[in-house]
Amino acid sequence: RIMAGKVKWVTDIEKSVLINNFEKRGWIQVAENEDWNFYWMSVQTIRNVFSVETGYRLSDDQIVNHFPNHYELTRKDLMVKNIKRYRKELEKEGSPLAEKDENGKYIYLDFVPVTFMLPADYNLFVEEFRKNPSSTWIMKPCGKAQGKGIFLINKLSQIKKWSRDSKTSSFVSQSSKEAYVISLYINNPLLIGGKKFDLRLYVLVSTYRPLRCYMYKLGFCRFCTVKYTPSTSELDNMFVHLTNVAIQKHGDDYNHIHGGKWTVSNLRLYLESTRGKEVTSKLFDEIHWIIVQSLKAVAPVMNNDKHCFECYGYDIIIDDKLKPWLIEVNASPSLTSSTANDRILKYNLINDTLNIAVPNGEIPDCKWNKSPPREVLGNYEVLYDEEMAQSDGPERDWRSRSGQAAGAKGSRARDSGKPPLTTWK
Amino acid sequence: AMLEPDSSGLSLTIARIVQRLRGSSLHSQLERQARVSLHKPEIKLESLKEDIKDFLKTSGWEKKLQNAVYSELNVFPLPCHPAAPPEHMKEPLAYMRKAQGSWEKRILKSLNSMCTELGIPLAQKRPVNEQKELLSKWNEMGTDEPDLSLFRPVYAPKDFLEVLMNLRNPNYENGEQPSFRNHLGLIQVPLKVKDIPELKEDFSELGLSIGQLGIDDAAQVPPEFFENDHVRVGQKVLAEQDSAAAQQYVRQGCPTALRADLWALILNISNQPEDILYYEQLKSNVIQHDLLVDSLIYKDVKLTASNDDYYFVFEDYLYQVLLCFSRDTSVLEHFAYSSATPPKSYVQGKLGMEEYAVFYPPNGVIPFHGFSMYVAPLCFLYHEPPKLYQIFREMYVRFFFRLHSISSHPS
Repeated sequence: RIMAGKVKWVTDIEKSVLINNFEKRGWIQVAENEDWNFYWMSVQTIRNVFSVETGYRLSDDQIVNHFPNHYELTRKDLMVKNIKRYRKELEKEGSPLAEKDENGKYIYLDFVPVTFMLPADYNLFVEEFRKNPSSTWIMKPCGKAQGKGIFLINKLSQIKKWSRDSKTSSFVSQSSKEAYVISLYINNPLLIGGKKFDLRLYVLVSTYRPLRCYMYKLGFCRFCTVKYTPSTSELDNMFVHLTNVAIQKHGDDYNHIHGGKWTVSNLRLYLESTRGKEVTSKLFDEIHWIIVQSLKAVAPVMNNDKHCFECYGYDIIIDDKLKPWLIEVNASPSLTSSTANDRILKYNLINDTLNIAVPNGEIPDCKWNKSPPREVLGNYEVLYDEEMAQSDGPERDWRSRSGQAAGAKGSRARDSGKPPLTTWK
Repeated sequence: AMLEPDSSGLSLTIARIVQRLRGSSLHSQLERQARVSLHKPEIKLESLKEDIKDFLKTSGWEKKLQNAVYSELNVFPLPCHPAAPPEHMKEPLAYMRKAQGSWEKRILKSLNSMCTELGIPLAQKRPVNEQKELLSKWNEMGTDEPDLSLFRPVYAPKDFLEVLMNLRNPNYENGEQPSFRNHLGLIQVPLKVKDIPELKEDFSELGLSIGQLGIDDAAQVPPEFFENDHVRVGQKVLAEQDSAAAQQYVRQGCPTALRADLWALILNISNQPEDILYYEQLKSNVIQHDLLVDSLIYKDVKLTASNDDYYFVFEDYLYQVLLCFSRDTSVLEHFAYSSATPPKSYVQGKLGMEEYAVFYPPNGVIPFHGFSMYVAPLCFLYHEPPKLYQIFREMYVRFFFRLHSISSHPS
């Protein structure tokens, strides 16, 4: 009876950073068709679990690592759709968060590059394209990951086949597999050492209503191996433009010791040293802000199933004016380790995630209030806690966001990253 | 103490500093400023000298001169005795001079044999098409993959450590049997070093009652306690542009956001147009001539910094700094106070003929395995190559050169 009370786990993702964490807790591996308490599943599996046909019913002592309709956030087209909807709603309510500037751009909510769905919004896209014919756009398939199928265009002819009226269009039904989003390409990314990079940040959501989310302090920058150039002749060179490790790994200069990855604390040190503390704190504040806003945008449509939690991989690009842009959110961030440091980071990430999602490592009970004590957070920090925020008064969001000099109060720039909630806890 | 109490020592120092600053760009700028000020209403003929002095003070030019004097005092040592031969300014102890000399012979032999084995000249002019290519790739030399397999570092820090460990003073005999007590430690050289009370005085700012960044700004300590004030003072020091004050200030720690400017102020680097021009000149030297040490530099960067998860990002800057550094003959000046001597090379066929001798590399510094790591950390502070270059060069001729030469210097 030693086994009684031990968490029974299943996974369909064979990664050592996961399995080592389960084993070190003394949890017991079982098969999918057996009684399990914890299932770390791939996104394909979650689709089946919650699909209408399966009629799967999770019991109180079972938890899974995805929300049933996570794609509202993690599919590129749905994410944009939800954010646009959220902004319009705020505008309709007359919320100060939705305030616009003299050019009609949202002051606080303009964090996603201009995006259109193809082929649905093709004509709208053409209109926008013609306003700035020298601009570059990035085409991304809605349903793919790891940089697959992405390409850049700077001429309308390059995407002719997505035109709705096109005779070559094979779209009788708009199957989600072939849907694309097209976004204005950020051709002025912040460069360090002449190289482009993006940020990968991990965010854990334990509940959407009320929203409770945590930010992992140890994110990283992914650098392109080749010097960045906005020159149109290099548009086809994916090593210049796409920071996905899956792509960079195949470049000539890919290094297996550091993997082109830099810690966020190095980024912070560099920016503080070369740009100053205020603008750096403001940048990080803004990054936290856009993450929370993106979660608030999808919260109303999320199936806030109590059996679920989710650890997202946020991809963010910083432009040369130090403005952060949300590129996409990944439901299943890669757990492959490209370097030794990577392995340690991801191992700790899973460890801290499990400590929050499965309190005390014991058999879960979905009815718990999902409020872990501070000590178990590990490298996570509370990013936003709606319950706590509401008890402080609803006006807070607005007041602190607009007026506060970023990072002024209690801002302690530590190596591990400052507490994110300085301006609008 | 920098200044000696007796007046002849002081006047010697002043004379030397005046001689060094004479003809410098600061000198001509001061002259120009003084001349321009003649047009100002507050400059009166009756009190010309005083009025110009006042003007230079209020316009900040006096401070610039002060910084330059301070810099000279910091860098060049005072002659220890008027009758001392020049090699005593480099290294007073004979056995250390000898050890340094042997070490240099070894390095040079290693370099020459590599040169002979590979059949590559120490220096050669670059063909025009190669020049064009290098110029176009100047900002991304990291992507260049020359075949470096035949090159090996001239020496590594462990080789130097071995030399240091074997250093012995032939005059020293303590009559004791070697034992744990008297042979503790790798370095067996009887040099006078500061004792604890002296160190406590020298580093008094590390005392418990004095604030230090990195300790007294920890997360649990309220910033009003020390941090806020210290940052405010730092900003003031920067506004005043006073080198000496900056050097004193950072003894209590340097705020991250102010570090780049404070270090530049302490080192008296002001990034004048002529400095940028000088860097561009060095760059064109790199384009036109290929040096054997260039391959050593490439190899070093590839082996060390580009594999480092802090510094890999800055790989391209390292080439832009180190290749220029090798060609910078102004670095030769530091050999006056370094125990080291720059290696000489002779034009082919003219061995031993002084009129055909050149220093090799032009800056007299042969890079070793890990040399690029002297530059790498500075890349976190300076992202413009000319400024990064100047800061590194100054750091090298003031401090880093001591890290790889045998010397009894107290610092």
